[in-house]
Amino acid sequence: MAEGIGIILLKFGFILLFALGLGGLLTWVERKQSAIMQDRIGANRASIFGLRLIGLFHPLADAIKMFTKESFTPASAEKFLFTLAPAISVFFALIGFAVIPFGDKLIFGDTVVNLQVAPLNVGLLYLFAVAGLAVYGVVLGAWASRNNYAMLGGMRAAAQMISYEVALGVTIFGSIMIYQTVDLQQIVHLQGGTFWGWLPAWGIFMQPLGFILFLTVGIAETKRVPFDAPEGESEIIGYFIEYSGMGFGMYFLTDFVETVMISAITVTLFFGGWQVPYLLADGFHFPWGEVWLLNNWTVALFQIASFSLKVMFFLWLQMAIRWTLPRFRYDQILRLGWKYILPISLLNIVLTGIVIMVLK
Amino acid sequence: MNFYDIVFYLFAALTIASAGVLVFSRNVVYSAVGLLFALSGVAGLYVLLAADFVAIVQILIYVGGILVLLLFGVMLSQKGMRVDIGTGAKQLGPAMIVVAGVLVVLFRMIMKTPWALQSVSEFEPTTNKIGVLMMTDYLIPFEIASVLLLGALVGAAFIARKD
Repeated sequence: MAEGIGIILLKFGFILLFALGLGGLLTWVERKQSAIMQDRIGANRASIFGLRLIGLFHPLADAIKMFTKESFTPASAEKFLFTLAPAISVFFALIGFAVIPFGDKLIFGDTVVNLQVAPLNVGLLYLFAVAGLAVYGVVLGAWASRNNYAMLGGMRAAAQMISYEVALGVTIFGSIMIYQTVDLQQIVHLQGGTFWGWLPAWGIFMQPLGFILFLTVGIAETKRVPFDAPEGESEIIGYFIEYSGMGFGMYFLTDFVETVMISAITVTLFFGGWQVPYLLADGFHFPWGEVWLLNNWTVALFQIASFSLKVMFFLWLQMAIRWTLPRFRYDQILRLGWKYILPISLLNIVLTGIVIMVLK
Repeated sequence: MNFYDIVFYLFAALTIASAGVLVFSRNVVYSAVGLLFALSGVAGLYVLLAADFVAIVQILIYVGGILVLLLFGVMLSQKGMRVDIGTGAKQLGPAMIVVAGVLVVLFRMIMKTPWALQSVSEFEPTTNKIGVLMMTDYLIPFEIASVLLLGALVGAAFIARKD
Protein backbone atom coordinates (compact mmCIF):
# COMPACT_ATOMS: atom_id res chain seq x y z
CA MET A 1 0.00 0.00 0.00
CA ALA A 2 1.23 3.47 -0.81
CA GLU A 3 1.97 6.01 1.85
CA GLY A 4 -0.86 8.35 2.76
CA ILE A 5 -0.45 12.09 3.04
CA GLY A 6 -0.52 11.76 6.85
CA ILE A 7 2.59 9.57 6.91
CA ILE A 8 4.42 11.92 4.58
CA LEU A 9 3.55 14.84 6.86
CA LEU A 10 4.77 12.84 9.88
CA LYS A 11 8.12 12.12 8.19
CA PHE A 12 8.32 15.76 7.18
CA GLY A 13 7.72 16.82 10.78
CA PHE A 14 10.33 14.38 12.04
CA ILE A 15 13.12 15.57 9.76
CA LEU A 16 12.20 19.23 10.35
CA LEU A 17 12.36 18.70 14.11
CA PHE A 18 15.62 16.81 13.63
CA ALA A 19 17.23 19.66 11.68
CA LEU A 20 15.86 22.55 13.73
CA GLY A 21 16.32 20.71 17.04
CA LEU A 22 19.95 19.88 16.32
CA GLY A 23 20.48 23.38 14.89
CA GLY A 24 19.13 24.92 18.10
CA LEU A 25 21.08 22.52 20.27
CA LEU A 26 24.24 23.47 18.39
CA THR A 27 24.10 26.96 19.93
CA TRP A 28 24.51 25.23 23.28
CA VAL A 29 27.19 22.86 21.95
CA GLU A 30 29.07 25.83 20.50
CA ARG A 31 29.16 27.55 23.90
CA LYS A 32 29.92 24.49 25.96
CA GLN A 33 32.44 22.87 23.63
CA SER A 34 34.37 26.10 23.15
CA ALA A 35 34.30 26.55 26.92
CA ILE A 36 35.73 23.07 27.50
CA MET A 37 38.35 23.58 24.81
CA GLN A 38 39.40 26.91 26.33
CA ASP A 39 39.25 25.69 29.94
CA ARG A 40 36.23 27.83 30.87
CA ILE A 41 32.86 26.87 32.37
CA GLY A 42 30.65 28.34 29.67
CA ALA A 43 27.05 29.53 29.73
CA ASN A 44 25.20 27.96 32.67
CA ARG A 45 22.97 30.69 34.13
CA ALA A 46 19.64 30.17 32.36
CA SER A 47 17.39 28.26 34.73
CA ILE A 48 13.81 27.17 35.17
CA PHE A 49 12.81 27.05 38.89
CA GLY A 50 16.47 26.95 39.82
CA LEU A 51 17.13 23.98 37.54
CA ARG A 52 20.14 24.75 35.38
CA LEU A 53 20.83 21.45 33.60
CA ILE A 54 24.38 22.41 32.51
CA GLY A 55 23.09 25.39 30.55
CA LEU A 56 20.69 23.44 28.34
CA PHE A 57 18.03 26.14 28.73
CA HIS A 58 20.22 28.68 26.96
CA PRO A 59 19.00 27.80 23.43
CA LEU A 60 15.46 28.32 24.72
CA ALA A 61 16.36 31.66 26.27
CA ASP A 62 18.11 32.61 23.01
CA ALA A 63 15.02 31.80 20.98
CA ILE A 64 12.75 33.86 23.27
CA LYS A 65 15.21 36.74 23.12
CA MET A 66 15.41 36.63 19.30
CA PHE A 67 11.63 36.54 18.93
CA THR A 68 10.90 39.38 21.32
CA LYS A 69 13.67 41.78 20.28
CA GLU A 70 12.83 44.62 17.95
CA SER A 71 13.47 43.78 14.31
CA PHE A 72 14.81 47.07 13.05
CA THR A 73 14.76 47.98 9.36
CA PRO A 74 17.12 50.79 8.33
CA ALA A 75 15.37 53.70 6.61
CA SER A 76 17.45 53.35 3.44
CA ALA A 77 17.08 49.56 3.15
CA GLU A 78 15.07 47.87 0.41
CA LYS A 79 12.18 46.89 2.69
CA PHE A 80 10.80 43.97 0.71
CA LEU A 81 14.06 42.12 0.05
CA PHE A 82 15.44 43.08 3.47
CA THR A 83 12.54 41.21 5.09
CA LEU A 84 12.54 38.34 2.63
CA ALA A 85 16.27 37.55 2.51
CA PRO A 86 16.70 35.82 5.92
CA ALA A 87 13.66 33.66 5.18
CA ILE A 88 15.14 32.66 1.81
CA SER A 89 18.34 31.79 3.62
CA VAL A 90 16.65 29.44 6.14
CA PHE A 91 14.34 28.00 3.47
CA PHE A 92 17.17 26.83 1.21
CA ALA A 93 19.07 25.47 4.20
CA LEU A 94 16.09 23.36 5.29
CA ILE A 95 14.71 21.94 2.03
CA GLY A 96 17.82 19.81 1.48
CA PHE A 97 16.75 17.53 4.32
CA ALA A 98 13.84 16.26 2.22
CA VAL A 99 16.06 13.76 0.39
CA ILE A 100 18.22 12.58 3.31
CA PRO A 101 17.32 8.95 4.14
CA PHE A 102 17.26 8.48 7.92
CA GLY A 103 16.23 4.82 7.93
CA ASP A 104 15.33 1.92 5.68
CA LYS A 105 11.75 0.67 5.73
CA LEU A 106 9.21 0.65 8.51
CA ILE A 107 6.39 -1.88 8.14
CA PHE A 108 3.23 -0.50 9.63
CA GLY A 109 0.36 -2.95 9.24
CA ASP A 110 0.21 -3.41 5.48
CA THR A 111 1.87 -0.04 4.75
CA VAL A 112 5.59 0.06 3.99
CA VAL A 113 7.01 3.42 5.03
CA ASN A 114 10.20 4.52 3.30
CA LEU A 115 12.10 6.53 5.92
CA GLN A 116 12.96 9.41 3.59
CA VAL A 117 10.63 12.35 2.98
CA ALA A 118 11.13 12.63 -0.80
CA PRO A 119 12.53 9.49 -2.49
CA LEU A 120 13.99 11.33 -5.49
CA ASN A 121 15.86 9.51 -8.25
CA VAL A 122 18.15 12.51 -8.48
CA GLY A 123 18.60 13.06 -4.75
CA LEU A 124 22.30 13.81 -4.82
CA LEU A 125 21.95 16.33 -7.66
CA TYR A 126 19.07 17.92 -5.77
CA LEU A 127 21.38 18.41 -2.78
CA PHE A 128 23.91 20.21 -4.99
CA ALA A 129 21.23 22.40 -6.49
CA VAL A 130 20.03 23.37 -3.01
CA ALA A 131 23.57 23.98 -1.78
CA GLY A 132 24.06 26.33 -4.73
CA LEU A 133 20.97 28.31 -3.79
CA ALA A 134 22.18 29.03 -0.25
CA VAL A 135 24.09 32.04 -1.55
CA TYR A 136 20.89 33.94 -2.46
CA GLY A 137 19.82 34.68 1.11
CA VAL A 138 23.25 36.12 1.85
CA VAL A 139 23.71 38.18 -1.32
CA LEU A 140 20.17 39.58 -1.37
CA GLY A 141 20.27 40.42 2.35
CA ALA A 142 23.63 42.12 1.92
CA TRP A 143 22.38 44.19 -0.99
CA ALA A 144 19.03 45.08 0.58
CA SER A 145 20.77 46.43 3.70
CA ARG A 146 22.34 49.27 1.68
CA ASN A 147 25.37 49.15 3.90
CA ASN A 148 28.88 49.04 2.48
CA TYR A 149 30.12 46.57 5.07
CA ALA A 150 27.17 44.30 4.35
CA MET A 151 27.94 44.64 0.66
CA LEU A 152 31.56 43.61 1.20
CA GLY A 153 30.38 40.59 3.15
CA GLY A 154 27.89 39.71 0.44
CA MET A 155 30.54 39.90 -2.28
CA ARG A 156 32.93 37.76 -0.28
CA ALA A 157 30.16 35.25 0.31
CA ALA A 158 29.22 35.14 -3.37
CA ALA A 159 32.81 34.61 -4.53
CA GLN A 160 33.52 32.01 -1.87
CA MET A 161 30.33 30.04 -2.36
CA ILE A 162 30.53 30.01 -6.17
CA SER A 163 34.12 28.77 -5.99
CA TYR A 164 33.39 26.06 -3.46
CA GLU A 165 30.18 25.00 -5.15
CA VAL A 166 32.22 23.94 -8.19
CA ALA A 167 34.59 21.97 -5.95
CA LEU A 168 31.64 20.48 -4.03
CA GLY A 169 30.30 18.95 -7.22
CA VAL A 170 33.64 17.58 -8.32
CA THR A 171 34.57 16.05 -4.92
CA ILE A 172 31.76 13.54 -4.97
CA PHE A 173 31.98 12.45 -8.61
CA GLY A 174 34.14 9.62 -7.28
CA SER A 175 31.28 8.34 -5.13
CA ILE A 176 28.83 8.59 -8.04
CA MET A 177 31.25 6.61 -10.20
CA ILE A 178 31.46 3.83 -7.61
CA TYR A 179 27.74 3.58 -6.80
CA GLN A 180 26.53 4.29 -10.35
CA THR A 181 23.47 6.08 -8.98
CA VAL A 182 22.44 9.46 -7.61
CA ASP A 183 19.56 8.08 -5.56
CA LEU A 184 20.60 8.59 -1.92
CA GLN A 185 18.56 5.73 -0.49
CA GLN A 186 20.20 3.39 -2.99
CA ILE A 187 23.67 4.75 -2.18
CA VAL A 188 23.05 3.93 1.49
CA HIS A 189 21.79 0.45 0.57
CA LEU A 190 24.97 -0.20 -1.44
CA GLN A 191 27.02 0.56 1.69
CA GLY A 192 25.31 -2.28 3.54
CA GLY A 193 27.67 -5.21 3.05
CA THR A 194 31.14 -5.85 4.41
CA PHE A 195 34.66 -6.10 2.96
CA TRP A 196 36.44 -9.39 3.75
CA GLY A 197 33.54 -10.31 6.00
CA TRP A 198 34.26 -7.85 8.80
CA LEU A 199 34.91 -4.27 7.59
CA PRO A 200 31.64 -2.34 6.94
CA ALA A 201 31.47 -1.38 3.24
CA TRP A 202 31.19 2.32 3.97
CA GLY A 203 32.05 4.92 1.38
CA ILE A 204 35.06 6.23 3.28
CA PHE A 205 37.01 3.02 2.62
CA MET A 206 36.50 3.47 -1.13
CA GLN A 207 36.80 7.27 -1.25
CA PRO A 208 39.16 8.35 1.55
CA LEU A 209 40.46 11.31 -0.48
CA GLY A 210 36.95 12.21 -1.60
CA PHE A 211 35.81 12.26 2.03
CA ILE A 212 38.51 14.66 3.21
CA LEU A 213 37.95 16.97 0.24
CA PHE A 214 34.17 16.89 0.66
CA LEU A 215 34.31 17.68 4.37
CA THR A 216 36.65 20.63 3.72
CA VAL A 217 34.44 22.02 0.99
CA GLY A 218 31.35 21.38 3.08
CA ILE A 219 32.73 23.35 6.01
CA ALA A 220 33.59 26.17 3.59
CA GLU A 221 29.98 26.16 2.37
CA THR A 222 28.65 26.69 5.90
CA LYS A 223 30.60 30.01 6.06
CA ARG A 224 31.81 29.28 9.58
CA VAL A 225 35.33 29.66 10.99
CA PRO A 226 37.90 29.06 9.42
CA PHE A 227 35.97 30.00 6.26
CA ASP A 228 33.96 32.86 7.75
CA ALA A 229 35.38 35.68 5.61
CA PRO A 230 31.82 36.80 4.62
CA GLU A 231 31.15 37.36 8.31
CA GLY A 232 34.59 38.23 9.66
CA GLU A 233 33.27 39.87 12.82
CA SER A 234 36.61 41.47 13.65
CA GLU A 235 36.90 43.08 10.19
CA ILE A 236 33.58 43.84 8.52
CA ILE A 237 30.91 42.21 10.75
CA GLY A 238 29.47 40.88 7.56
CA TYR A 239 26.41 40.55 5.43
CA PHE A 240 23.98 40.62 8.38
CA ILE A 241 25.36 43.81 9.93
CA GLU A 242 22.00 45.62 9.68
CA TYR A 243 19.90 42.74 10.95
CA SER A 244 18.51 42.58 14.44
CA GLY A 245 15.96 40.41 16.24
CA MET A 246 14.68 37.42 14.33
CA GLY A 247 16.21 38.57 11.04
CA PHE A 248 19.63 38.04 12.58
CA GLY A 249 18.29 34.95 14.33
CA MET A 250 17.42 33.36 11.00
CA TYR A 251 20.89 33.99 9.54
CA PHE A 252 22.39 32.64 12.74
CA LEU A 253 20.20 29.53 12.55
CA THR A 254 21.01 29.03 8.84
CA ASP A 255 24.69 28.49 9.60
CA PHE A 256 23.88 25.87 12.22
CA VAL A 257 21.30 24.11 10.05
CA GLU A 258 23.87 24.01 7.23
CA THR A 259 26.34 22.46 9.66
CA VAL A 260 23.79 19.73 10.38
CA MET A 261 23.18 19.38 6.63
CA ILE A 262 26.88 18.90 5.85
CA SER A 263 27.11 16.28 8.61
CA ALA A 264 24.06 14.48 7.22
CA ILE A 265 25.44 14.42 3.65
CA THR A 266 28.88 13.27 4.87
CA VAL A 267 27.27 10.44 6.83
CA THR A 268 25.04 9.45 3.91
CA LEU A 269 27.81 9.38 1.32
CA PHE A 270 30.82 8.19 3.29
CA PHE A 271 29.66 6.59 6.56
CA GLY A 272 26.86 4.31 5.50
CA GLY A 273 23.95 6.64 6.32
CA TRP A 274 21.58 4.71 8.59
CA GLN A 275 23.54 1.44 8.24
CA VAL A 276 24.60 -0.25 11.46
CA PRO A 277 27.57 -2.61 11.00
CA TYR A 278 26.38 -6.24 10.61
CA LEU A 279 22.70 -5.25 10.96
CA LEU A 280 20.62 -6.63 8.10
CA ALA A 281 16.88 -6.27 7.60
CA ASP A 282 16.15 -9.19 9.97
CA GLY A 283 18.73 -8.60 12.70
CA PHE A 284 22.43 -8.70 13.50
CA HIS A 285 24.66 -11.15 11.62
CA PHE A 286 28.06 -10.97 13.27
CA PRO A 287 31.23 -12.00 11.41
CA TRP A 288 31.88 -14.77 13.95
CA GLY A 289 28.60 -16.43 12.94
CA GLU A 290 26.35 -15.35 15.77
CA VAL A 291 22.89 -14.15 14.72
CA TRP A 292 20.47 -12.01 16.74
CA LEU A 293 17.07 -11.82 15.10
CA LEU A 294 15.18 -8.57 15.63
CA ASN A 295 11.77 -7.38 14.46
CA ASN A 296 11.30 -4.62 11.93
CA TRP A 297 10.59 -1.84 14.45
CA THR A 298 13.72 -2.54 16.48
CA VAL A 299 15.82 -2.57 13.31
CA ALA A 300 14.32 0.76 12.21
CA LEU A 301 15.01 2.27 15.64
CA PHE A 302 18.61 1.06 15.47
CA GLN A 303 18.98 2.64 12.02
CA ILE A 304 17.53 6.01 13.04
CA ALA A 305 19.70 6.00 16.17
CA SER A 306 22.76 5.08 14.09
CA PHE A 307 22.10 7.90 11.63
CA SER A 308 21.57 10.43 14.43
CA LEU A 309 24.70 9.36 16.32
CA LYS A 310 26.87 9.59 13.21
CA VAL A 311 25.46 13.04 12.42
CA MET A 312 26.20 14.14 15.97
CA PHE A 313 29.76 12.86 15.70
CA PHE A 314 30.33 15.07 12.65
CA LEU A 315 28.72 18.01 14.41
CA TRP A 316 31.24 17.53 17.19
CA LEU A 317 34.07 17.28 14.65
CA GLN A 318 33.00 20.47 12.87
CA MET A 319 32.76 22.30 16.20
CA ALA A 320 36.23 21.07 17.16
CA ILE A 321 37.61 22.36 13.84
CA ARG A 322 35.77 25.64 14.24
CA TRP A 323 37.30 26.31 17.65
CA THR A 324 40.78 25.12 16.67
CA LEU A 325 41.63 26.99 13.47
CA PRO A 326 41.84 30.78 13.05
CA ARG A 327 40.08 32.49 10.16
CA PHE A 328 41.77 32.15 6.78
CA ARG A 329 42.44 35.31 4.85
CA TYR A 330 40.03 35.90 1.98
CA ASP A 331 42.57 35.31 -0.81
CA GLN A 332 43.80 32.18 1.00
CA ILE A 333 40.27 30.77 0.94
CA LEU A 334 39.89 31.30 -2.80
CA ARG A 335 43.40 29.99 -3.53
CA LEU A 336 42.70 26.86 -1.48
CA GLY A 337 39.46 26.32 -3.39
CA TRP A 338 40.68 26.81 -6.94
CA LYS A 339 44.35 25.86 -6.83
CA TYR A 340 44.40 22.95 -4.40
CA ILE A 341 40.99 21.38 -3.77
CA LEU A 342 39.71 21.50 -7.36
CA PRO A 343 42.80 19.90 -8.99
CA ILE A 344 43.04 17.26 -6.25
CA SER A 345 39.34 16.44 -6.73
CA LEU A 346 39.92 16.05 -10.47
CA LEU A 347 42.84 13.75 -9.66
CA ASN A 348 40.51 11.80 -7.37
CA ILE A 349 38.14 11.24 -10.30
CA VAL A 350 40.98 9.93 -12.48
CA LEU A 351 42.27 7.64 -9.70
CA THR A 352 38.78 6.30 -9.02
CA GLY A 353 38.32 5.62 -12.73
CA ILE A 354 41.63 3.73 -12.94
CA VAL A 355 40.82 1.63 -9.86
CA ILE A 356 37.36 0.77 -11.23
CA MET A 357 38.92 -0.23 -14.58
CA VAL A 358 41.59 -2.39 -12.91
CA LEU A 359 39.09 -4.16 -10.64
CA LYS A 360 36.83 -4.92 -13.58
CA MET B 1 -9.75 19.88 -11.64
CA ASN B 2 -7.54 17.24 -10.04
CA PHE B 3 -4.38 17.54 -7.98
CA TYR B 4 -2.13 17.48 -11.04
CA ASP B 5 -4.01 20.42 -12.60
CA ILE B 6 -3.85 22.47 -9.42
CA VAL B 7 -0.09 21.98 -9.11
CA PHE B 8 0.37 22.77 -12.79
CA TYR B 9 -1.54 26.05 -12.55
CA LEU B 10 0.34 26.98 -9.36
CA PHE B 11 3.69 26.56 -11.09
CA ALA B 12 2.44 28.25 -14.26
CA ALA B 13 1.15 31.23 -12.26
CA LEU B 14 4.45 31.47 -10.35
CA THR B 15 6.43 31.38 -13.59
CA ILE B 16 4.35 34.00 -15.38
CA ALA B 17 4.01 36.34 -12.40
CA SER B 18 7.74 36.35 -11.71
CA ALA B 19 8.51 36.70 -15.41
CA GLY B 20 6.34 39.81 -15.24
CA VAL B 21 8.39 41.13 -12.33
CA LEU B 22 11.55 40.35 -14.29
CA VAL B 23 10.47 42.33 -17.32
CA PHE B 24 8.73 45.29 -15.70
CA SER B 25 10.98 45.93 -12.69
CA ARG B 26 13.13 49.04 -12.94
CA ASN B 27 15.67 47.61 -10.54
CA VAL B 28 18.10 45.00 -11.85
CA VAL B 29 18.20 43.11 -8.53
CA TYR B 30 14.44 42.73 -8.38
CA SER B 31 14.62 41.50 -11.98
CA ALA B 32 17.15 38.90 -10.87
CA VAL B 33 14.85 37.77 -8.05
CA GLY B 34 12.02 37.56 -10.59
CA LEU B 35 14.22 35.42 -12.81
CA LEU B 36 15.06 33.22 -9.81
CA PHE B 37 11.39 32.39 -9.26
CA ALA B 38 10.59 32.14 -12.99
CA LEU B 39 13.36 29.59 -13.55
CA SER B 40 12.31 27.66 -10.44
CA GLY B 41 8.71 27.60 -11.70
CA VAL B 42 9.87 26.16 -15.02
CA ALA B 43 11.82 23.52 -13.08
CA GLY B 44 8.58 22.64 -11.30
CA LEU B 45 6.86 22.21 -14.68
CA TYR B 46 9.67 19.87 -15.77
CA VAL B 47 9.02 17.76 -12.67
CA LEU B 48 5.35 17.52 -13.64
CA LEU B 49 6.50 16.21 -17.04
CA ALA B 50 8.48 13.48 -15.22
CA ALA B 51 11.77 14.99 -16.41
CA ASP B 52 13.41 15.01 -12.99
CA PHE B 53 16.99 15.22 -14.26
CA VAL B 54 16.22 18.19 -16.51
CA ALA B 55 14.42 19.93 -13.64
CA ILE B 56 17.34 19.53 -11.25
CA VAL B 57 19.86 20.59 -13.87
CA GLN B 58 17.71 23.65 -14.57
CA ILE B 59 18.02 24.63 -10.90
CA LEU B 60 21.67 23.61 -10.66
CA ILE B 61 22.92 25.43 -13.77
CA TYR B 62 20.57 28.35 -14.28
CA VAL B 63 19.46 29.27 -10.77
CA GLY B 64 22.49 28.07 -8.79
CA GLY B 65 25.14 29.00 -11.34
CA ILE B 66 24.37 31.50 -14.08
CA LEU B 67 22.01 33.71 -12.08
CA VAL B 68 24.39 33.89 -9.11
CA LEU B 69 27.22 34.87 -11.46
CA LEU B 70 24.94 37.49 -12.99
CA LEU B 71 24.16 38.97 -9.57
CA PHE B 72 27.85 38.85 -8.68
CA GLY B 73 28.73 40.64 -11.90
CA VAL B 74 26.18 43.38 -11.22
CA MET B 75 27.52 43.75 -7.68
CA LEU B 76 31.05 44.19 -8.97
CA SER B 77 30.07 46.77 -11.56
CA GLN B 78 30.81 50.41 -10.86
CA LYS B 79 27.46 51.58 -9.52
CA GLY B 80 26.98 48.57 -7.28
CA MET B 81 23.53 47.14 -7.76
CA ARG B 82 21.78 50.40 -8.48
CA VAL B 83 22.28 50.56 -12.22
CA ASP B 84 19.49 52.01 -14.31
CA ILE B 85 18.70 49.42 -16.95
CA GLY B 86 16.38 51.58 -19.05
CA THR B 87 17.76 52.75 -22.41
CA GLY B 88 17.19 56.23 -23.74
CA ALA B 89 15.94 55.48 -27.23
CA LYS B 90 12.40 54.23 -27.62
CA GLN B 91 11.62 52.51 -30.93
CA LEU B 92 7.90 51.94 -30.50
CA GLY B 93 7.06 51.12 -34.12
CA PRO B 94 9.69 48.44 -34.89
CA ALA B 95 9.23 46.94 -31.41
CA MET B 96 5.49 46.52 -32.01
CA ILE B 97 6.13 44.73 -35.31
CA VAL B 98 8.65 42.31 -33.77
CA VAL B 99 6.38 41.59 -30.78
CA ALA B 100 3.39 40.98 -33.06
CA GLY B 101 5.46 38.59 -35.18
CA VAL B 102 6.66 36.63 -32.15
CA LEU B 103 3.11 36.53 -30.79
CA VAL B 104 1.76 35.03 -34.04
CA VAL B 105 4.48 32.36 -34.11
CA LEU B 106 3.95 31.48 -30.43
CA PHE B 107 0.18 31.35 -30.82
CA ARG B 108 0.42 29.01 -33.80
CA MET B 109 2.81 26.78 -31.85
CA ILE B 110 0.49 26.70 -28.82
CA MET B 111 -2.47 25.75 -31.02
CA LYS B 112 -0.65 23.05 -33.00
CA THR B 113 1.25 21.25 -30.21
CA PRO B 114 -0.40 18.11 -28.80
CA TRP B 115 0.01 18.94 -25.09
CA ALA B 116 0.40 16.21 -22.47
CA LEU B 117 -2.45 16.75 -20.03
CA GLN B 118 -1.67 13.89 -17.64
CA SER B 119 1.30 13.16 -15.47
CA VAL B 120 2.91 9.76 -15.88
CA SER B 121 2.09 7.65 -12.84
CA GLU B 122 5.53 6.08 -12.43
CA PHE B 123 8.71 8.16 -12.46
CA GLU B 124 11.54 6.36 -14.21
CA PRO B 125 15.14 7.32 -13.44
CA THR B 126 16.40 9.27 -16.45
CA THR B 127 19.90 10.22 -15.28
CA ASN B 128 21.55 6.99 -16.36
CA LYS B 129 19.95 7.00 -19.82
CA ILE B 130 20.90 10.63 -20.47
CA GLY B 131 24.47 9.88 -19.40
CA VAL B 132 24.75 6.85 -21.66
CA LEU B 133 23.26 8.73 -24.64
CA MET B 134 25.71 11.59 -24.13
CA MET B 135 28.65 9.21 -24.21
CA THR B 136 27.39 7.23 -27.24
CA ASP B 137 24.91 8.74 -29.74
CA TYR B 138 25.54 12.40 -28.89
CA LEU B 139 29.25 12.21 -28.19
CA ILE B 140 30.30 14.69 -30.91
CA PRO B 141 27.90 17.51 -29.92
CA PHE B 142 28.91 16.90 -26.31
CA GLU B 143 32.62 17.16 -27.12
CA ILE B 144 32.09 20.25 -29.30
CA ALA B 145 30.26 21.93 -26.41
CA SER B 146 33.15 21.01 -24.06
CA VAL B 147 35.74 22.47 -26.43
CA LEU B 148 33.66 25.63 -26.81
CA LEU B 149 33.45 26.03 -23.04
CA LEU B 150 37.17 25.40 -22.69
CA GLY B 151 37.81 28.09 -25.30
CA ALA B 152 35.59 30.51 -23.38
CA LEU B 153 37.47 29.69 -20.17
CA VAL B 154 40.88 30.26 -21.71
CA GLY B 155 39.64 33.47 -23.32
CA ALA B 156 38.27 34.77 -20.01
CA ALA B 157 41.55 33.98 -18.26
CA PHE B 158 43.44 35.75 -21.07
CA ILE B 159 41.34 38.91 -20.80
CA ALA B 160 41.49 38.95 -16.99
CA ARG B 161 45.26 38.46 -16.67
CA LYS B 162 47.45 41.15 -15.15
CA ASP B 163 50.09 42.97 -17.20
